[in-house]
Amino acid sequence: MTRRIVVHTLIYIVLIALSIFYLLPIYLMLLTGFKAFNQVDLKTMWALPNAGLHIQNFIAGYKQLAPNLTNSLVMVIPEAILSSLLGSLNGYLLAKWKFRSSNLIFSLILFGMFIPYQSILIPLVKFMQAIKLYGDIPGLVLVHIIYGIPITTLIFRNYYAGIETEILEAGRIDGASLMGLYRYIMFPLSAPSFAVVIIWQFTQAWNEFLFAVVLTNQSHWPVTVALNNLAGSQLVQWNVLMAATLLAALPTLLVYLFLGRYFLRGLMAGALKG
Amino acid sequence: MGGSTEPPILKERRPMYRKFKLNLPQFILAIALIVLGLSTDFSLSRTELDVAGKNLTSIGLLTGGVIFYVGILLIISMFQNETILSIAILFPSMVAIAIFVYGFIGWSIRVSLSKWKGLKPDFTWAGLTQYVNLFHNDPRFIIDIRNTAVFTVGFIAGCLLLGLALAILLDQKLKGEAIFRGIFLFPMSISFIASGVVWGWLMNPATGNRITGINLIFQSLGLKSLISLWHSTPQPWGMAFTVIPAVWQLSGFTMALYMGGIRSVSEDLREAARVDGASEFQIYRYIIFPMLQPVTLSAVIILGHMSLKIFDLIVALGNKDIRLDVPGIYMWTTTFDGTNYARGAAIGILMLVSVAILVVPYLVQNMRTETQL
Repeated sequence: MTRRIVVHTLIYIVLIALSIFYLLPIYLMLLTGFKAFNQVDLKTMWALPNAGLHIQNFIAGYKQLAPNLTNSLVMVIPEAILSSLLGSLNGYLLAKWKFRSSNLIFSLILFGMFIPYQSILIPLVKFMQAIKLYGDIPGLVLVHIIYGIPITTLIFRNYYAGIETEILEAGRIDGASLMGLYRYIMFPLSAPSFAVVIIWQFTQAWNEFLFAVVLTNQSHWPVTVALNNLAGSQLVQWNVLMAATLLAALPTLLVYLFLGRYFLRGLMAGALKG
Repeated sequence: MGGSTEPPILKERRPMYRKFKLNLPQFILAIALIVLGLSTDFSLSRTELDVAGKNLTSIGLLTGGVIFYVGILLIISMFQNETILSIAILFPSMVAIAIFVYGFIGWSIRVSLSKWKGLKPDFTWAGLTQYVNLFHNDPRFIIDIRNTAVFTVGFIAGCLLLGLALAILLDQKLKGEAIFRGIFLFPMSISFIASGVVWGWLMNPATGNRITGINLIFQSLGLKSLISLWHSTPQPWGMAFTVIPAVWQLSGFTMALYMGGIRSVSEDLREAARVDGASEFQIYRYIIFPMLQPVTLSAVIILGHMSLKIFDLIVALGNKDIRLDVPGIYMWTTTFDGTNYARGAAIGILMLVSVAILVVPYLVQNMRTETQL
């Protein structure tokens, strides 16, 4: 029994040490963010804020990123909703209505999830310019929806494959059609899956950088692009930068804190098929 | 990994008499939608749609097209052939993927075989010149390959080892397991850009009076030997330090994968082994680890394809520092800053090839196992 206590104590020590490593960046952002301007100094980076908590850094950081936070929000909400609807329809049909070569079609769609977007970037930019959707948020929404088709289809397909076909057959006997079954049976059952996909797409689009940086111009930059720009400029103090970074990461952090269960499921669906 | 044991698929309902069932309200709705969609597109093809100073003509055309297509689907659904209907519903997504993934890859390949340099497209045939140049006369690309190799090896090894260690530690039925799990997983929700910015400050290489970040902690703890130049260390070790933030972000994810694998080993099996006198170590060694192989394979594929296309983390961390260059950044700068489109396309295609080598066998395998069922 004493051996067990010793082992457990050791495990706790290791886990706590590792936790410090994982929390260090967040700790730094919070610590710096809450200091007063006159207390900020690289030499005392790790000192606790004295004379109370201040939010000057957060206000300054927010001033830097406010338009971009709005841009990201305006982009992410329609993107998450539309791509989940599309994914739900695709997933339903590919899970329950296998036709010849539907597995091949699914695999071909799925491949789109893995490609490095650098390999389609030049045609994409030229195409978006040609259809006059270059530079602004609506174009970015469209691009995120299209390149989100593979993952959203995958998550919904796996979810629907787990729903008993007997339920659908019962609906069938009651005379429901293909879309009737979707509307009255599948769709009402898919709330958890919608949560997973909406959260996943929200997080992905919020955090995405490559499409954002090449497809939008400066006045429509989402927050990741603006943050990267802020980090590279010499004009912004590092303390403001830390506060701004926390603000930029906050929406997805909050989603993780409150809806972590669904977030994790999306993560797993991306990794494990079937 | 592997195919799922899926339930039997629904059989199509085969009508015996009628092939077409007219549903009048639905038919009228369908015609109305088709007319609405067509007229939207027709009028938008003549005038531009401006909403609050934004040119939304294309979005309007797209919306018109969607309305039109829903009308067509309503008509198709009146023919009692549900296979055609399901294909028709899938059709727009299939077309989108066909164009935006496969069509654009083909277009990129064509650009990579051209002489396009400068803003004006130039599709003069140049054969494999770009590829040959990248491998033979381009020191920057050779650095990129080396950096990607260093990053990939370090990143996969780090995530697998740390992820497995965390999963085993959290498998010991401790109090507070959920809290630790949450702490190890949360970095996954943060963007590579944000974590690159913060880690850039944590791994600040400044020395002497300007010492800061983690080095400052080492200094005040008296661990002077640990003070590091981080990613400013001579290569390839500097690149190896960029693995730290990447592992910070994704080891929790790997941990979650392994935890899923460990949980799938039944407690009965472990109990039976215990009764037979196996030590905890032996249970892991001979029962659990062999069953984790498929998890390791998926983890390697997921992490591997992420590291082959690593981009934003290095952008935020290295601020276009050439010593930390990777193909993703080279492609971006050479195309959009240097307007060397042909070379950019060639780099993009090479990145695609490297990812495809990793992923395609996995997808094919997955498709085969599912077809057998």
